This record gives sequence, structure tokens and C-alpha cells, in this order.
Amino acid sequence: MAATYPENYRYTKEHEWVVVEGDTATIGITDYAQKELGDVVYVDLPQPGDSVVAGKTMGSVESVKAVSDVYSPVTGEVIEVNQKLADAPEKVNEDPHGEAWMVKVRLSNPAEVESLLTAAEYQSYIEGSES
Amino acid sequence: MIKKARQHVSQNESLIFERSSPGKRAYQLPPLDVPAVDPKDALGAGNVREEIGGFPEVSEVEVVRHFTRLSTYNYAIDHGMYPLGSCTMKYNPRVNEAVAALEGLRWIHPYQPDESVQGALEVIAALENALCEITGMDAVTLQPAAGAHGELTGMLLVRAALEAEGRPRRVVLVPDSAHGTNPASVAMAGYQVRNIASNEKGMVDLAALEAAVDEDTAALMVTNPNTLGVFEENIVAVARILHAKGALLYMDGANMNALAGISRPGEFGVDVMHLNLHKTFSTPHGGGGPGSGPVAVKKRLEPFLPLPRLVNEEAGWRWDYGRPQSIGRVRAFYGNFGVLVRALAYILAHGGEGLRRATLDAILNAVYVRKKLEPYYELPHKAPTMHECVFSDARQAGRGVRTMDIAKRLIDYGFHPYTVSFPLIVKGAIMIEPTETESKQELDLFIDAMISIAREAEENPELVKGAPHMTRIRRVDEVTAARKPVVRWTREEEK
Repeated sequence: MAATYPENYRYTKEHEWVVVEGDTATIGITDYAQKELGDVVYVDLPQPGDSVVAGKTMGSVESVKAVSDVYSPVTGEVIEVNQKLADAPEKVNEDPHGEAWMVKVRLSNPAEVESLLTAAEYQSYIEGSES
Repeated sequence: MIKKARQHVSQNESLIFERSSPGKRAYQLPPLDVPAVDPKDALGAGNVREEIGGFPEVSEVEVVRHFTRLSTYNYAIDHGMYPLGSCTMKYNPRVNEAVAALEGLRWIHPYQPDESVQGALEVIAALENALCEITGMDAVTLQPAAGAHGELTGMLLVRAALEAEGRPRRVVLVPDSAHGTNPASVAMAGYQVRNIASNEKGMVDLAALEAAVDEDTAALMVTNPNTLGVFEENIVAVARILHAKGALLYMDGANMNALAGISRPGEFGVDVMHLNLHKTFSTPHGGGGPGSGPVAVKKRLEPFLPLPRLVNEEAGWRWDYGRPQSIGRVRAFYGNFGVLVRALAYILAHGGEGLRRATLDAILNAVYVRKKLEPYYELPHKAPTMHECVFSDARQAGRGVRTMDIAKRLIDYGFHPYTVSFPLIVKGAIMIEPTETESKQELDLFIDAMISIAREAEENPELVKGAPHMTRIRRVDEVTAARKPVVRWTREEEK
């Protein structure tokens, strides 16, 4: 069954999603990413107060297969981190687009988001890599 | 009911703590023939340790049986083929052990004065010379205790040399097919890692390299043959591109088993490299170890090698500490000496021609496996391979059977699994390195097992997905083990 990618989210080719409310962006990894990774066993995230830069590593996700970097889709300051993932990394597999959000960032350049992929663009991007 | 001990190969073993019963001892001391002394009076109460609670109390034969049975849980090269790709799990010849057990080598101490251990120092010098000859490099340090340690040492040498030349740099390039330790070593040496993509043949892409190398590039870290088992056919051009910009070429020697006795990295432009004595040079590998990761360098890097360096003077061999440019020690004493002795024994027992034959046999074996399995497993990169080959699970994945399942099923056939899901540039990788150790008979057994598993994946995929079926412990739940690890045993009564 093909996963649904929320229309109001934006996406990266590195398989992160971001959704913006006011000047706050919430970031997570996509359903495609969690499927490729397999069972996630550990999530390493930045601390509130840390700066993140668009396109640069902000953390990592460890599955039984591999450890993968998580890249920040946007630039800004981390204001909140999803503490639940520390004890329940399986949430990333269960609800990647919802409950398993990873960090909230105060955007320093909200226009950045406009350059990210739309749901439709992301969908066709991953269909290309699935072949 | 008559209780009968099962054959040990299928017998489960409790923890030594669970076998304990109060008062049992593994030894019996003769009666005291001097007056008893209370240690608290003799040493002071503060210096006498309380007894450690809950230590296992067992007899000698229980200790022996416990550990002997546990040893049967393991798979070893002495049991059968160990096709773990990029690991070179070759046989550890018994002659190595005989030589390492020689009285004069076995009982020496690293604090003995140089003049009382001249033979041991000569062993070290002889191994350094042999490794220089095999690699075509100018000098070798035997200190690093394993491959990744060698990588770090090599990177620190690069750093020291560039800084001494007054042109420090920040970036080290690593191909996407590299061993995971490469970028880790680069980062530990304080460099930034920059990945470069491989071309469609799985080799370093010259155009991508040319574009990536600039005045800030310290080195390229390349494995040759690479992790696909493919010889980097443009390695001379790779070296030229780097050298033109003042960068160095580091070679990860993990796959030296494809080159020893045939091709010398020093002659194709490598400036610094490490070897794994526990791979190419037949010293014990894996849990048995310890490892040894010598680093070989060209003249230019020699002044920076770890302290001390062995020198030969009229009075004999001695350790020289007067090397102001050295990066310092990277390990206590002079490396894992016992391992060095074994590697030298291997080299001398083979001689140059023997090493060359071993390499040719290793390549022949891998090519044989590749040809025989090609009709059954997808071979994503078709370039000629050397001592190992990499298939993928693409044909089996349609039935839900992945590389990990095939590897687990291989255990039921009596083989150690191949390397799973590596290199990362191949999705669902099945990486096989037979080494020269295996006879055609053993290779055919392995090939038959792999073909049989390919058939099972077609006809009865559930059988493969549920493997292993014949082991004491069936498939372990790696996910729960990683998410909720239990790392401490708890006594029944403490639960």
C-alpha cells in the first residue's frame, strides 16, 4: 500500500519532512525513509538551543541495518525535541509523519521552505528511486 | 526416567553463576605449615578486601566443562569455511603457533633491556623489512593494534607531514564504497570527511575526484581492490590527480589478500597504507585476535612514525626515541608482539613465491564462486573481481527473502554467514570472500548450499525467512535486543 504524504508538508531528497506553523518548523523523517531503514532502535537528536543549518546533519537514526544521518531541511534554532523517541524509537516506524516528529525549529529564514519538494514532487522522486 | 546428557553440540549451557553451590572449590591447598596470620593484623584492616558476594563456587571439572561447552557454541575457521567478505577469514597455520611458543619469544618481557632481547628485536626488524618488500613502501610501524587503529595512525601521519610542510589541510575524501571505519578514522584525526560517488563500475570516478580535490584536500582514503572486490584500474591516475594538488593517497589494505606477492601499492602511487596481519597474514582473527594493523609509508612520512623506532648499530638492535617529528606512541610497547611473530612465520614459511600462489588461489576461489552462483543470484556490478565478489538479494527479494534471511539459512547448512548488507552501494548485498584456504570440495559444498537456498527462496520462502532452524538458539530478536537491551544478569532472588 502506498503511503500518503501530507499535502501541507514539504520534503527533502534526503527523506525528511517539514511542516511550518508561524515561524516554527516541525521536522521528521518520511515513511519511505523508515521503510528503507527497517526497525529503528535509536534516535539521536540535537538539544534545544542548538543551531541547525539547512542541508547539514542535525542527528542520526539507527536501525538494525544501519546508522543514517538526519539532515535539517531548514536553518534555525532548535526549540523542542521529541523526548518520547528516546524510550520509544519504534514510533518512527509506526507513525513517522505524526507522533514521531523529531525536532521543532524556530526558522531564521522562512523562505527556505519554499525551495523544498512538495508532496507530489517527493512522491514521484521516491517512485523513481524504487524502480 | 533416565536422564542422559545430550551431545554437546546441541546442549544448552547455563551461566557459571547458576552452577554455583556454596563451599565448592576448584583447588585444594596443602595444610598450613606456618602459624596462621590474620591479614587485618599484618596489613591493616583498611587494606583487606571484604569478600565479593555472589561469586560462583564451582569445581575444576565444572569450570573446564562450562567453558569447553561454550566454545562449541562458536563457529571457527577450524570448523569450516568462513566466507565473510572483506574480512579475509583464512586458516591460522599451526606452524605460526609453534614458532610463537618458542621459549625465547614466549617468556620475554617488554621491560627487558634491549641487549637481552636482540632476537626479538630482529624478529620485529625482519617483519618490518618483509612488509616493506611486499607493499613496496619505505618504512613500517608495527605498533597499531588493529586495522582501524592503523587507519587513525596513518591519518595522523598525513596530518603531521602536511603541517610540518607548512600547508595544513582540512578535508579527506572517502569513496562511498569505503569501509565504515575509514570516515570514522578521518573524523577522529580531526579531518572533515567528504564522500565521493563511485562510477557505474563501482570504481573511483576520475571526473568526480578531479572536481573534488583542491588545495584543502589532505588525502584520499581508498581501498584497493575496493569493497566490491574490483581493482581500481585507474589507481595510477588517481594518485596523479591527488599529487598534482599536493594531496596524499592513503590505501586501506584490508583487501591486500588480492595483491600480496603480485602488485605493490608503493609502485602505484600509494603514500601511506595499513595492513591487517589478522587478515592477509593469517594471524587469528575475530574474537581470538588480538589484531595488528601495521602502517607502511613512503620516505616522506617516515620522520613522523610512532616512537620508538628500531635502529641497528654496531652493538646490535636498539630502540631510538630521538625522533622530534614523531606523532608519538600509538600503543604501549611495540604492538601485539605475539601476533607479529606469527605473521613473520607465515611470510617466511611461504616465501615470495608462496605468497604469490596464495594470492592467485584466493582470486581463483572467488572467481569460481562468482561463476557458479551467477545463474542464481543477481550480480549488480559486472567488472572482473579479485578475491571477493558481491551479489545482491534482488532476485529473492520479490519472494520476501532478503540477504539477512539467506545468511541465516546458510547457518543451517553448516557455514558461517557471508557479509550481509555491505558494501552500502549495493542494496541487499551478499559479499563472499572464500580465501585461498578452501579446497574445491569445501567450495562446492558452499556453492551447493547457496544454490539450494536460492531454490528454497522460490519454493518455500517461509523456510528461509524463519532460519536458522538447526541451531541451539533460533533467530534472535535483534530489534528488541537493540531497543531494550538487557546487559546485566540478575540473580533469581534479586528479581
